[in-house]
Amino acid sequence: MNILTTWLRALLPAIPADDHQLAEALTLRGIAVEGIHSLGEGNGHLYEMDITTNRVDAMNHYGVAREVAAIYGLTLAPGAAPLPAAQPALTPFSVQIQAQDACGRFTARVLRNIKVQPIAASSGPISSYAARMFTLLEQKQISNAVDASNFAWLAMGQPTHAFDLDKIVGGIIVRRAHRGESLKTLDGVLRTLDPEDLIVADHAKPLALAGVMGGWDTMITPETSNVLVEAAWFDPVAVRRTAKRHGLHTDASHRFERGADLAACPLASEIVSAIILEAGGHIEGDLVDITVPAILAKTAHRAPVALALSEVQRILGTTLEAEGITAHTVETVLTALGCQLAAESETTWQVTLPSWRLDLAREIDLIEEVARVYGYNRFANTLPAFAGAIRELPHAAADSALRRTLLAAGWNEAISSTFTSATDAALTAPQPGLVVPLGNPLSEEAGVMRPSLVPGMLSMIAANLHRDTGDVRLFELGTVFSGTTEKVDERPALAIGLAGSAPQTGVQIGLGASTKPLDFYDLKGLVEQLLSRFKTKSVYFDNFASVAGITPEWLHPYRAARVVVEGTTVGWLGQLHPRQATARKLKDAVLVAELYLDRLHPLPLHKPAVRELSRFQPVRRDFSLLVPDKTAWAELDASLAALARASLPELTQWQVREVVHNQAAPRQEYSLLLSTTFQASDRTLRDEELHSYAQHVLAAVSNLGARLRT
Amino acid sequence: MMNTDLDQSFAQLEAEARQAASSLHSPEAVENFRLEWLGRKQGRLKQLSEQWLKAAPAEQKRDLGQRFNALKTLVESLLDEASSSGPSDASLAAEALDITLPGTRRLQGAEHPITRTMNELIAIFAGLGYSVGVGPEVETDYYNFECMNFPPGHPARDTQDTLVIANQDRRSLRDRLLLRTHTSPVQMRTMEQHPPPIRIVIPGKVHRNDAADATHSPVFHQVEGLCVDTNITFSDLKGTLDHAMKALFGSSVKTRFFPSFFPFTEPSADVQISCIFCAGKGCRKCKHSGWIELLGCGMVDPAVFAFAAEKQPAYDPRKISGFAFGMGVERIAMMKYGVSDIGQFYSGDMRFLEQFS
Repeated sequence: MNILTTWLRALLPAIPADDHQLAEALTLRGIAVEGIHSLGEGNGHLYEMDITTNRVDAMNHYGVAREVAAIYGLTLAPGAAPLPAAQPALTPFSVQIQAQDACGRFTARVLRNIKVQPIAASSGPISSYAARMFTLLEQKQISNAVDASNFAWLAMGQPTHAFDLDKIVGGIIVRRAHRGESLKTLDGVLRTLDPEDLIVADHAKPLALAGVMGGWDTMITPETSNVLVEAAWFDPVAVRRTAKRHGLHTDASHRFERGADLAACPLASEIVSAIILEAGGHIEGDLVDITVPAILAKTAHRAPVALALSEVQRILGTTLEAEGITAHTVETVLTALGCQLAAESETTWQVTLPSWRLDLAREIDLIEEVARVYGYNRFANTLPAFAGAIRELPHAAADSALRRTLLAAGWNEAISSTFTSATDAALTAPQPGLVVPLGNPLSEEAGVMRPSLVPGMLSMIAANLHRDTGDVRLFELGTVFSGTTEKVDERPALAIGLAGSAPQTGVQIGLGASTKPLDFYDLKGLVEQLLSRFKTKSVYFDNFASVAGITPEWLHPYRAARVVVEGTTVGWLGQLHPRQATARKLKDAVLVAELYLDRLHPLPLHKPAVRELSRFQPVRRDFSLLVPDKTAWAELDASLAALARASLPELTQWQVREVVHNQAAPRQEYSLLLSTTFQASDRTLRDEELHSYAQHVLAAVSNLGARLRT
Repeated sequence: MMNTDLDQSFAQLEAEARQAASSLHSPEAVENFRLEWLGRKQGRLKQLSEQWLKAAPAEQKRDLGQRFNALKTLVESLLDEASSSGPSDASLAAEALDITLPGTRRLQGAEHPITRTMNELIAIFAGLGYSVGVGPEVETDYYNFECMNFPPGHPARDTQDTLVIANQDRRSLRDRLLLRTHTSPVQMRTMEQHPPPIRIVIPGKVHRNDAADATHSPVFHQVEGLCVDTNITFSDLKGTLDHAMKALFGSSVKTRFFPSFFPFTEPSADVQISCIFCAGKGCRKCKHSGWIELLGCGMVDPAVFAFAAEKQPAYDPRKISGFAFGMGVERIAMMKYGVSDIGQFYSGDMRFLEQFS
């Protein structure tokens, strides 16, 4: 909305500030001036306003002038547009308000023998003033009847409407539409009316969508000579519903939806009539003015509000000036804003509220007005004392431990969209039937709530690979959604993605191996490290390559593992299914893990507890083994664990160091380098003991078909 | 053997030992020297002792023994000297490195700038006694709008374009599911759970039905704050946010407050900070105003307390008061790190993220 400083100064000639100072003063009071544009010598400035939706009363020149008057303690004259005397009417024009819940006031004025012409063609004082203001505002001029309404709108924010009187049958009835009625509105659209639509009708047909838009058939034309000027008050909710149903948003509906000034109808009618009459014609009869008392009592004449200085001080606190907010401050500010204060004591009042400020209804609203006009920046900066305690978020420590581990391992944190496509959701949802669709999605690719972090991770990896960033290490801690459109479950999850290699850092001195691509085991190792943040009794990985329907479809069935902690599935990891990789145009191997954090969160975090360190030398023995292909490491591992537990406590560590699959090997065996460590807490181990321990180890693995390589 | 012969012989042995010891530049050379002279089986002193000392006539043994011991002492001291002085300068020079080659850095992951900014804010408010609160991203109309004093049919709802879950039309308005448009619902969820006093910060993801451009994203993050007690004032709100902005952007930053409108606070304010790029002098970033608008806040509206009081009667607006504030995390991160396109936060672009390492 735009405001002319010329117009403000016409209303308030004594503003003690230049246009820039005035803009600053208004902005600091919440009547924000976003832009100031010079209109040339003698024309002042144009303010681009950004006024909050609650202050609809200030979205016009008179409304802004009220604020200026309050800021500088000036007196603003009431608006007026003197009209010539009326010629008597044989019978008063008939107006009936049937919709008493939705129309609070309806004024109608009959103008006869008017002349429809450009507003600038009239030499009348209001018309020429209006024409000048329109030019400065670059407001299009249409004809005096329409421009008169626009002028009243710009001047005081009151919607009005002029009907071609000769097209009205009988009189005006404000009512709800009847089923089956239709109306061609001013935009040329023929609309079927809903029985809840509030309309202005005559005795035969609908004339206008009340408070939203006039009708085509009663529009002012160059041939119009008799006019009915409407200035009315319509209920916010009724107007909003009608406007919404018809997909219309007009200046009038904007104002009525936010609350218009019921008391301003006669003045608006005067302004419109005065402008039209400056081109000729006369008034017939008195202003017809029907008011609904019940609505009047809720709006312009609403009950006074009690205000106590102690409450003002309790909410607002300390000011920079020592004397603080006084009774005098309260009275000065509120009176300047149009309130009437009846003092009940020196520090309590009954406050009668201005008809144009429907946003004021409660004591707190008045307290805000005091703070606003007094100036927010005149309050001190204080800090409150506090007697409560800080509560930790239950899973903050776990999430922070996971994030730290991932960052230390060189993974970058990413955040992806909350939405995904129905296709990707079906592919990755842990519970495929429980995907939650959006009612008004941004696009088809973002049609559902993500049931998994995997789709987001895949698109982020793909975007990197497609722009030739070959080495990708990303993780995301985020929420995933499942359920129905009746009830949506939200769960925390962690996705880890990788492609390419860990980039070589630093300088390779001399000849050496080039960087090794990251593989399944890098991902698995990271997952193991993450799980080691928790105190667990049982962690294992398994896979179901040959069992249909268990391994998620997005994973390579033979390079995927389920992660099981304390007997519960906590996630999956592995290589992206080659079919998916092809579909996503990914040439490189992509590895992804997803962990269901809601299942990890209940676990206690790992707390370091040290063990006694042996004073005696550990001894390392390596075994180069040949192992049958069908024997997995986990079996050897379990067998060695059983040995250590049952009879060989001196076997303190065992690790697989190297695995080599020889494609050309005659037997179905692979070679495995096993490294063991023996140590006793009470003695140095002797050669004979070590020899016997080695035999135990070989015996344990030979049960599984492994043998020493010869 | 004559004494002069002995003198000559021992003098020569001494000279040989000194000569050999003078070029002991490596541990191997030292060890060889030790073996040559002091070796238990083949050492020259051993041979000397076997060949000369044992064979000497009795009257010469004493003289010979003294000379022998003197030589042994000398060799031992030469050996000590050689092994303690370590390698020579020349041998160290041969091990020279080009110390101008770059150091090898360990790969380190980067926390997301949004997480980093949220954690900074959380830490600042933790110092003021604020706990962290969280809540669901899919909310009901009641928590997102109604109890935050956006009544059904109120125009203020139009200011937040909302993404909704499908098939909600048949449900009652307050139960309809939508994606929260702000973190404010967590205010109510927290008050329903805990009586006053309350101090929480609420970091979280929010969504709006906005087309993406350089400064808008349908997904973004907010940090909301709520403080409720028997004595909380507007000046406390000012002081708290002034402190927080100084902690976040540096102690020279100034704040100023403007009247604004939010349905759930009254009085409501917008907060500007003095431009962190030009220190308030005026530049392109602050549109030459010297100020940057950063957050919204206000005193909790009594209507909001009335909703909370339905479950926790202690939220009686006559007895308690409070303030709330909310800020866009992306906006702060964009300012702090010079990010010009909000979409980069959600791209997962390694080149972008690595800069925060």
